[in-house]
Amino acid sequence: MTGVLQHLIIAPILLPLVVAAAMLLFDEKRQRLKRVLSLGTSGALVLISAALLYLTAWPPSGAPDASHVYLLGNWPAPVGIVLVVDRLSAMMLVLASVLGFASLFYAAARWDRSGPRFHALFLFLLMGVNGAFLTGDIFNLFVFFEVLLASSYGLALHGGGASRTTASLHYIVINIVTSLLFLVGVSLVYAVTGTLNLADIAGVISRLPPDAGPILQGGFAVLGIAFLVKAGMWPLGFWLPNTYGVASPPAAAIFAILTKVGIYIILRFSSLLLPEYPAFAGGAELWLKSAGLATMAFGILSMLATRALSRVAGCYMIISSGTLLAAIGFNSPAATAGLLFYLVSSTLAAGAMYLIMEPVERNAAGGKTPSPSEPVFEDEYLGGPEDEERETEIGVAIPATVAVLGGGFILVAVLMAGLPPLSSFLAKFAIIDALLRDGRTDIFAWAIVTLMIVSGLAALVTMTRAGIDLLWTPSSLSTTRLSVIEAAPIGLLLATCVFLVIYGAQTMRYMEETARELDHPALYVDAVRNRIATEGRSQ
Amino acid sequence: MEILLALMIGILTASGVWLIVRPRTYQVVIGLSLLSYAVNLFILASGRLRLDAPPVIGRGGVDVSLHTDPLPQALVLTAIVISFATTALLLVVLLASRGSTGTDHVDGQEPE
Repeated sequence: MTGVLQHLIIAPILLPLVVAAAMLLFDEKRQRLKRVLSLGTSGALVLISAALLYLTAWPPSGAPDASHVYLLGNWPAPVGIVLVVDRLSAMMLVLASVLGFASLFYAAARWDRSGPRFHALFLFLLMGVNGAFLTGDIFNLFVFFEVLLASSYGLALHGGGASRTTASLHYIVINIVTSLLFLVGVSLVYAVTGTLNLADIAGVISRLPPDAGPILQGGFAVLGIAFLVKAGMWPLGFWLPNTYGVASPPAAAIFAILTKVGIYIILRFSSLLLPEYPAFAGGAELWLKSAGLATMAFGILSMLATRALSRVAGCYMIISSGTLLAAIGFNSPAATAGLLFYLVSSTLAAGAMYLIMEPVERNAAGGKTPSPSEPVFEDEYLGGPEDEERETEIGVAIPATVAVLGGGFILVAVLMAGLPPLSSFLAKFAIIDALLRDGRTDIFAWAIVTLMIVSGLAALVTMTRAGIDLLWTPSSLSTTRLSVIEAAPIGLLLATCVFLVIYGAQTMRYMEETARELDHPALYVDAVRNRIATEGRSQ
Repeated sequence: MEILLALMIGILTASGVWLIVRPRTYQVVIGLSLLSYAVNLFILASGRLRLDAPPVIGRGGVDVSLHTDPLPQALVLTAIVISFATTALLLVVLLASRGSTGTDHVDGQEPE
């Protein structure tokens, strides 16, 4: 990657930052302009991240690096900050931008008018998420975490109301404490290694004197807690179902990627650092496996116990986090390939679930929309969502609302339960296959396989129960109008899952290549190091 | 010097942890502020403590051993700004919660 294309790496961070900052200058009443700008930006993000994925997976002309490294401000690493795009981060970028585009599109139906500055907050969130996927520096990672957290606080509060305020208060306090733990971990690691560059740390830790061990292990343990809170591990994930459940649907849908940021970081850290530090590796893997199992069990029990649809989605996210953590703990390339597929598929399923939930519940309630909240800021758009809807109907109302909703709901249920023919089935199958081949004698492997199958059953039972309650029992004469704007993004997410199945072989090959790359962390480390060397020569 | 700093960090952390498990939102905010002071001091300590050593290399001869590590200072600066901003945001949410629920209990309702 040379010339202009090289700068494509920083585009997923710069583009949303610039557009969101510019958007703050416009009056809050210019909704149409903001909507066009933010939809255009997130559409561009989809294209940019797809281009990055293509260039990473099929490099143009014999470029040897598996990872592409971008030096911010052209400062040589490890003095400066590097951005690294490899197969894993490119895949996560595509996932985040597709989910972001779908949620923004959905929000255009009415949710972006139920509070101030929705579009700017949303783009800042995308910027933080993209930055966390790209950066190769742990303090820079902290900064991007703060960017995405700060905007997620705003989005969690979007729409107002007492329940959202209380849930957000808990969410904010927990995340501030987590950020402080993150800082403690970063400074412990820095105190021992003297560097913040991830590739550099991986090179240094194997050469450290033995007495540095306890501080380093402590540092990584504290960092791990910070990431596991984000990932929603039991017992650290108690806040998740409530906060996500009361958030407005488009915000909750994009929050589905936030837990995966935690998973991504754990995957990245364990790929780069554990092979260099065998003394820590065994314990860490045992921890991940048992924590993953406990998280899955907790998720299954709470999913079976819950009645509200909004909490079902939260429980599903906890189960998927648990599955991913347990599979990471196995550290075998085949299981990693399966878990990457599952990561993509479960994120799309959770996003679709959060989006379809609100129309389904609205339909069951007889088409009543929640009343708009009181304006908080002076320049806020004062007309409530309902006034607007009466004046200018956006999109065409589909007469067969129930059919569309029911069909979508069934597809989401199939995805969540991991039944054929949708992508979750392939992903779960890949993980189970890998676990049974590599770890036939391992009691953990059997436990994880059992819980994965039971979790599918639990999802199926819960979703069937909810479907009967919400789609069959209510009065047959539905007055709900489902606009195309609401149906299309759900369709987009489900179509992506279908696409992943149709091109299942290609997808799986990509995941296997990614897993192989993660299994050879030297590729990543050398790419950053070579970049340092060539940069040093040119100056 | 080291003992003094360690005691400071310990006292701030202990007070902060005690305050964030209290039921009133204002106590939680103050607890978080104390914790962030403790963490900032902790980051500063990660670059080793040195007296009378400047962090920035001036003109003339460069002898790194006469300088203190500048990186933790830059990190602390970033951390201070971020925790200041999030505390301000939390105060707004606290007021909104007080306004919409009518109580300053963290759960939005008084225990029975």
